[in-house]
Amino acid sequence: MSGYILSLLPVWIGLLGLTVFYYVLFDGFDLGVGILYGFARNEQWRRQIMNSVAPVWDGNETWLVLGGIGLMAVFPVAYAIIIPAVYFPILAMLLGLVFRGVAFEFRFKHSALRWFWERGFCAGSAIATFAQGVVLGTFIQGFDVNGRVFAGSSLDWVTPFSILTGLALMLGYGLLGAGWLIIKTDGELQVWARRAGRICLIGTTAAIVAVSIWTPLLDPWVAQRWFVWPNIAWLAPLPVLTAALIIAEWRVLRPGFEFLPFFGSIGLFLLSYLGIAISLWPMIVPFHYTIWQAASSESTQAFLLVGTLFLLPIILGYTAWSYWVFRGKIRGDIGTH
Amino acid sequence: MHLDPLLLSRLQWAWVIAWHILLPAFTIGLAAYIAVLEGLHFFTGNNMWLHISSFWTRIFAVSFGMGVVSGIVMPFQFGTNWSRFSDATANIISPMMAYEGFMAFALEATFLGVLLFARKLVPPWAHFLAAIMVSIGTLFSSFWILATNSWMQTPRGFQEVNGRFFPRNWMDIVFSPSFPYRLLHNDTAFFVTTGFVVLGVGAWLIRRNRSVPEARVMVRMALNLLIVLVPLQMYLGDLHGRNTLEYQPTKLAAIEGLWNTEGPMPEALFAIPDKANQRNDFEVDVPHLGSLILTHSWNGTVKGLKAWPVDQQPPVWPVFFAFRIMVGIAILMLVMAVTGWILRLRGRLYNTDWFLCLCQWFAPAGFIAVLMGWTTTEVGRQPWTVYGLMRTADSVTPSLTGGDVLASLLFYVVVYLLMYPAGVAYMASLVRSGVGPGQAEAEEIESGRPKGPFTTTVGRPD
Repeated sequence: MSGYILSLLPVWIGLLGLTVFYYVLFDGFDLGVGILYGFARNEQWRRQIMNSVAPVWDGNETWLVLGGIGLMAVFPVAYAIIIPAVYFPILAMLLGLVFRGVAFEFRFKHSALRWFWERGFCAGSAIATFAQGVVLGTFIQGFDVNGRVFAGSSLDWVTPFSILTGLALMLGYGLLGAGWLIIKTDGELQVWARRAGRICLIGTTAAIVAVSIWTPLLDPWVAQRWFVWPNIAWLAPLPVLTAALIIAEWRVLRPGFEFLPFFGSIGLFLLSYLGIAISLWPMIVPFHYTIWQAASSESTQAFLLVGTLFLLPIILGYTAWSYWVFRGKIRGDIGTH
Repeated sequence: MHLDPLLLSRLQWAWVIAWHILLPAFTIGLAAYIAVLEGLHFFTGNNMWLHISSFWTRIFAVSFGMGVVSGIVMPFQFGTNWSRFSDATANIISPMMAYEGFMAFALEATFLGVLLFARKLVPPWAHFLAAIMVSIGTLFSSFWILATNSWMQTPRGFQEVNGRFFPRNWMDIVFSPSFPYRLLHNDTAFFVTTGFVVLGVGAWLIRRNRSVPEARVMVRMALNLLIVLVPLQMYLGDLHGRNTLEYQPTKLAAIEGLWNTEGPMPEALFAIPDKANQRNDFEVDVPHLGSLILTHSWNGTVKGLKAWPVDQQPPVWPVFFAFRIMVGIAILMLVMAVTGWILRLRGRLYNTDWFLCLCQWFAPAGFIAVLMGWTTTEVGRQPWTVYGLMRTADSVTPSLTGGDVLASLLFYVVVYLLMYPAGVAYMASLVRSGVGPGQAEAEEIESGRPKGPFTTTVGRPD
């Protein structure tokens, strides 16, 4: 094991960081679409909304498995501490995902129970999203740790801050979902999606502001990261860019822009993600284990990296291809094209 | 009443994995069957193969979707309820689990998209190739999951530092002593399970006089498979059992309900194992048969459970009975396969109603056998998660209370009891709609899943 001159850990940090971000974006938009589904005006809209994500949702969700097992493989102790600390949010997320997943299959056939699966699709998406936001909030606040185990209780996650991050993620995913619907639909439904996007953008902006003010107040470590000279000068562009992007996003939500609302919302997620990473770096179990302390053995990392570097391009290539195949607007009468 | 988080966590694990395993038990065999049908269509150009393939692909898609959502639950169980086990073993098992995820994604999900949606978008050979790749993907998935499980049963290639396991030799880890036998025995079980489902569905269609030509082909193909695989599976089971005798003697002794070290050893056909008193009640046995089966000799000696302290013995009666139910079903399977062949050779297969009716009711038998086999091997591993090295009691998440786990278990029970009956009802409705050219076209115009609104409103007037 001492034969490795260069550590593989930076590679893994990059891969895992991208995996989580990829999951947040991709399952983010289809969960957001699921939330918006609950507000759709009629049956035809509901069908169009569901069809807009039907071919891609299961692929998107598989990244959650890769992210979860990736965390376990690269930072075992983080997995062993964080997951028990968010026992109930994880449960809610998994059951929410089960409901929305099978709703795709069952909605059409069981006409007697159709209302049940339709509500299940929306409620499952909303619950899974809220739960993911709660996990994020709990993570930012840090954990009660004793040695290598979580020492708190299974209800430690219930805090005003984590409830806020839960709601924030629902609004954020709603914005991503609205951006996706603008790409995939036209006519009245698209007009509606733009309006939904603006409502979500207002909420997302409020949430970003609230979380940005609250996070440094939670822990002096985070406050120091942002407000000590010269960090404050280096990091100032991040909030400025975020503000500029919010204004731009508001403008492109007007009619005439098909793709920009979606990419604008991706930009907002990227900046928020960077903000959290800057706040907590290099902690993987805030504020107990750094990424260097929590890393798995070099042999474990090497064994997994070989296959990952081979398989990841294949997966990404296929994913790009499948989005290409199912490109174009969803129409009310038939599927895509 | 005291709620034990350990016991409840074990019940929760058993609940979520038992439901999940039913789906791979079906899809692994079905993926291979679809690949064969696609191959026959590609090489013969006969559209009947295409219709049968499309029929099963629709059912495959539903079970695959349910497999995805119930499968996402599984890796998180390691973290939520078994965090100490995860921390101790992650360096070894998590890369194998990650490879399973990659295989499921890269091969299964990737080519499934082509198989389901793109028959008209890609040339026929590419469609056939996609079917093969889906099948290979499911087999690779089982490879990595069973490599992980086998390492927990017969750990090799590691070094232990402060109660945590680190890799030394990946070949030894992946190919641990029980792995080849477990993989062959398990995947053959999955093929046999699917074989009986195809047989049962074919028999049902014949009896209802629906899609009879295709249904006859299904029955014939299933019998061809089963007459080979059922005896083969019995042979593989014997090999697997003797491997267990060598590497996990406590599990084997529990299977046999054997308390005292005996040679010659009788085979207990029935008994009520009593662990508290370390003996069996109401035992019915056949002298010498145990020695003959396990050691392949008339007077061979087998170690009994009393050779180990009570706190190293697995629970006995679940292992003892699960194993007997599995073997009992295997014997019935052999009877079914042989009976089917006798009728077929006499030319009476398709009009012997009692046999077709039996086939229909026997369709779920493989699933029960799989669950019983899984119970035998997992309960038989107790009281260890890593056999002989890490106790189940030391694996559970320490922060959990009994109330926490009871609450989560109840949620899983309710949700799965909603999802599975709905899924089975849906697949049954796909079977009822029969095999035919109408369905194959219906799935092409849909952008989403093939069982979207058009299979119901346009494709099927049922």
